Amino acid sequence: MIDFQDVSVAYAGESRPALSGATLHVDEGELVLVVGPTGSGKSTLLRCINGLVPHFSGGLLTGQVLVGGRDTRTHRPRDLADLVGFVVQDPMSGFVTDTVEDEIAYGMEALGVDPLAMRRRVEDALDVLGLADVRDRPLRSLSGGQQQRVAIAAVIAAGPRILVLDEPTSALDPVAAEDVLAALHRLVHDLGMTVVMAEHRLERVVHHADSIILVEDGRVSALLDPAEAMVTSPVHPPVVSLGRLLHWQPLPLSVREARRRASQVRAQLAALPPPGFDDPATSARSAKRHSGSGSVPSGPSDSRPSGTGLASGECVAATTGLTVRRGQVTALTAVDLTFGSGEITAVMGRNGAGKSTLLAALVGELPRQRGRVTVLGLDPAGLEPQARCAAVGLVPQDPDLLLYADSTGAECRSADADFGCDPGTTAALLTRIAGPVPPERHPRDLSEGQRLALALAIVLAGGARVLLLDEPTRGLDYQAKARLVEVLRELAAEGHTVVLATHDVELVAEVAHRVVVLADGEVVTDGPARQVIAGSPAFAPQVAKIMHPIPYLTVDDVCRALTPAS
Amino acid sequence: MIHPVAWWAWGVGLATAAAHTTNPLLLVLVVLVAGWAVLERREVGALDAFRPFLFIGLAAVALRVTMAVILGNGVGGSVVIVDLPRLPLPSWLAGLRVGGPVTLESVLAAAVDGMRLAATLACIGAANALASPKRLLRYAPATLYDIGTAIVVALTFAPQLVELAGRVRVARRLRGHTGRGPRELARLVVPVLAGTLERSLELAASMESRGYGRLPVRTGRARWLGSILALVGTAGTCAGLYGLLSPSVGGWLGLPTLVAGVALAAASLVLGARREVRTAYRRDPWRAPEWALALAGAAAAGVFVVGDGSGWAGMALQSTPLAWPELPLLAAAALAVCLSVIALTPVPPRLAAARARTASAA
Repeated sequence: MIDFQDVSVAYAGESRPALSGATLHVDEGELVLVVGPTGSGKSTLLRCINGLVPHFSGGLLTGQVLVGGRDTRTHRPRDLADLVGFVVQDPMSGFVTDTVEDEIAYGMEALGVDPLAMRRRVEDALDVLGLADVRDRPLRSLSGGQQQRVAIAAVIAAGPRILVLDEPTSALDPVAAEDVLAALHRLVHDLGMTVVMAEHRLERVVHHADSIILVEDGRVSALLDPAEAMVTSPVHPPVVSLGRLLHWQPLPLSVREARRRASQVRAQLAALPPPGFDDPATSARSAKRHSGSGSVPSGPSDSRPSGTGLASGECVAATTGLTVRRGQVTALTAVDLTFGSGEITAVMGRNGAGKSTLLAALVGELPRQRGRVTVLGLDPAGLEPQARCAAVGLVPQDPDLLLYADSTGAECRSADADFGCDPGTTAALLTRIAGPVPPERHPRDLSEGQRLALALAIVLAGGARVLLLDEPTRGLDYQAKARLVEVLRELAAEGHTVVLATHDVELVAEVAHRVVVLADGEVVTDGPARQVIAGSPAFAPQVAKIMHPIPYLTVDDVCRALTPAS
Repeated sequence: MIHPVAWWAWGVGLATAAAHTTNPLLLVLVVLVAGWAVLERREVGALDAFRPFLFIGLAAVALRVTMAVILGNGVGGSVVIVDLPRLPLPSWLAGLRVGGPVTLESVLAAAVDGMRLAATLACIGAANALASPKRLLRYAPATLYDIGTAIVVALTFAPQLVELAGRVRVARRLRGHTGRGPRELARLVVPVLAGTLERSLELAASMESRGYGRLPVRTGRARWLGSILALVGTAGTCAGLYGLLSPSVGGWLGLPTLVAGVALAAASLVLGARREVRTAYRRDPWRAPEWALALAGAAAAGVFVVGDGSGWAGMALQSTPLAWPELPLLAAAALAVCLSVIALTPVPPRLAAARARTASAA
C-alpha cells in the first residue's frame, strides 16, 4: 500500500537532512505506529505519505514514494485525497466549516461525490465514530475528543484506504483518548484501512499497533514487530520499562499481558510493607521537613480533606468558595482548595472540567463571580503585574505565547529586563533546567522540551513562589518528560508550590504529592496521589493497573521495593 | 433550517428600505423589526453580529452630529441652540466654517442621516446573525468558488486573530507587563501574526490534503470569457446597487445597470457551472417561509423606493420648518409585513431546546 524507496528529505537552510534513506513497505490493513523523540523526523515521514512533503512544505525529496501505486512526485496531495486521509495535529486548526455535518461533507464535496452517496457516507461516518448525537453542533462547542473524532470522520467519509494521523491523542484526557483509539481500531479491523500514526503517549497506543517504525535523527527503521522494537527503542512506555526491569521475554505491551506475567511479582510485593513510607514522590518533602505527611494513611480516602499536604507546609495559595463563569457556562463552582509550600498538586479531570480555568483564576486573570483567591496572603487580581509575577507564575498550555524574541539569548535578556533581575539570571535558570541551549537559536526552532524549559525559566526569573503549569507534557517525549520531573522535584524541594493541570497520568504518578480531580467545575476528589490514582480506572498509571491492588505507581517504586536496601 | 439566502434577501430588503427614508419613526421601526428577528430566531451559539453592527451605527450617529455641531452641514434653520465661538479662517478657506451658531434643524438633520446609516447597518448585522455568511457561501456558484474560499478563510481567521490577541495579551501580563498602551500593542503584533500565519498554513495543508481545488483543467478561451463576463457583470451589479441604495446619485444609474450587471454575471456563472466537479451536500430546501421572507423583504424595499421617489408625505424628515414627522401608512404596513413573516419561520432547534429547558426549570 505504501512504499518508500530510499527516500531522503532535506529542507533549505538545514545542515542535516530531515529524513535520510528511508526504505519501507506498509501492507494494507496494518496499524503502524511511528515512534521517536521530538524533532526526529516523524512529522516529515507522515507528510511524505500524502505528498504534503515536498509539494506543500518545500524542500528536496530524493528517492520514490509510491502510495497505492501513485507516485507522490507526480501527484499533489489533492490528487491523493481520495486515497490518503490526513489528520493534522490540532483538529480545530484544520476545520474548514462550522458544523459537524458540513465538515464531514466538505471533503466529498471537493471530490465531487454524488449527493445521494454523499448523504449515505456522512451517516456512515457519523455512526462509525459515534458522532450522531452531535451532528448539527458547531465545531467550536465540542470537547477535544469529539473534535478529534470529527476530524477523523471528515477524512474517512471521503473513502480513503489510508489514514495518517499526527499525535491524535496528545491533547486528550485518558477516556477521550480511549474513544479515539477504539474508533481507529474499528477502522482497521472492520474496514481494513491502513493507519499510520505518530504518538508520544506510547502507553496509550503501543498495544494497538501491528508494527512499529522507529525514527531517530532522520534515520528510519523498517517495519518492526512491536515487542521487538520496544526492546531497543529509546522511547518506551512504563509497561515496557517494567518488563525490561524484570527481564520478561517476550516483552508485554499491554496491561493485560503484563498483569498475567506479574502474578509472581505481585505475591512478592504483597509480602513487603506497603509503598509510601519511602515514597519517591514525597521523599523530597519528607527529607526537608519530615512529619509523616507523605506516607499514606490506611483508611478509605476522605473526599474533602482540606489540603492533605498541609500538615507540615505553610499555606501559600488558597481559593475559598471560588465560582467562575465563562460566558453561559459555570466553569468552577464553589471551589475550596489550599496549596502548601513544597507541595506538587496535580489537577486532573476531563477536557473542559475547569482545570485551565482554575489555573487562570489562581493567577488572577479571570473575573470571578464569587469567592476569594489568595496567594501569599494577597489577591493576585489586585496586584500590579510585576508584583504578581513575584508571587505566582503560569506556564500556559502553549509556551510559545510567552516567547517573542528572535533568539533564545535575546529572550533571556528581555526576561531579565522585564523582571528587573540581574543580567544572566534567566539564562542561568535555563541552563539549569534544560542543560546548554544554543543562545542564537530561534525559540520556535527549539525542541518542545527546550521551549517549555525556556518558558519555565522566564516564569521562575520573575521569582514566582507558586508555579502553575498547564498541560506541560503535551508534545514532550519521554526523555524531556523525565527531565521535567527532576526539575519539578527540585523546585518543590526548594519550597516552591507547584500546581499542574494535566491529563498525563504517568507524569502524575511520577511527580505529584496530591491529586485534585475536577468534574464539571466541582472538586470531586482531593487526596494524596497514591490513594487517588491507584484505584481509579480512568486515572491509574500502567504500573498501578498491573500491580493492583497493591498501590505501586511507577517502575521506580517497584524497582526500589525489589532491590534490597543497601 | 431556513435557507440562508432567504434571511439575506429579507435583511437586504429591509436595509434598502432604511436607506430610502429619513423619517426617524420609520428608522426606529426598521431597527426594532431587525432586532426582534435576531432575538427570536438567532440560533444559540451563532455569531452575535447584530450588536456590534448596531454599535458601529450609533457611533456613526454620534460622529455626524459632532461634525454638524462643529463644522455645520449646510442645513440652515431658525432655532439656534447654542452659538459657538467662530474660528477665524483665512479667506481661501471661504467654503469652510468652524464654530458659529448651531441650529436645532441642522443637528436633527445630521442625527437622522446618521440613523439612516445605523438602521441599514443593523439590518445587515441581523442578516449576519440569522444566517452565517459561511452558510451563504455554500450557495456561491462554482465560478466564484475561489473568491468564496478566500472569504471563508478570512471569516475564520478574523475571530481567531482576536482570540489569539487576547491570549497573547494575557501572556504579556504573565511576564510582568500591563498589556496596555501603544508600545505593548506593538509588541503583540509579531506573536499574533506569527501564530495566525501558522494556523492559516495548517488550515491550508488540511484543505489541500482533503482535495480542495481538484478542478479540471479549463481551456484558455473559456476561462477568459468567463472571467471577463464575471468582472463586467460584478461591476455592473455593484454600480446598479449603489445607484439604487443611494438616492443622491439619480435614477439612470439604478435599475437598468443592475439588471444588465446581474444578467452578465449570471451568464458567467452558468458558463463556469458547466465545468463544475464539486457536488453539494444537503442543500437547504426553499419552501413557503423562504418565499415569505424574500417577498416581504422585496416588498419593503419596493414600497420605500417608490415612496421616496414619488415624495410621499412623511418619507423624509421635514426640517425647515421643523415639523413632527407623520407615519406613512403604506411604509409602516410594509414593515409590519416584514415583522409578521418572522412568525412563519421555525424557531432554530437549539434555541427551542434551551427555551424548553428554561420553561421546565421555572
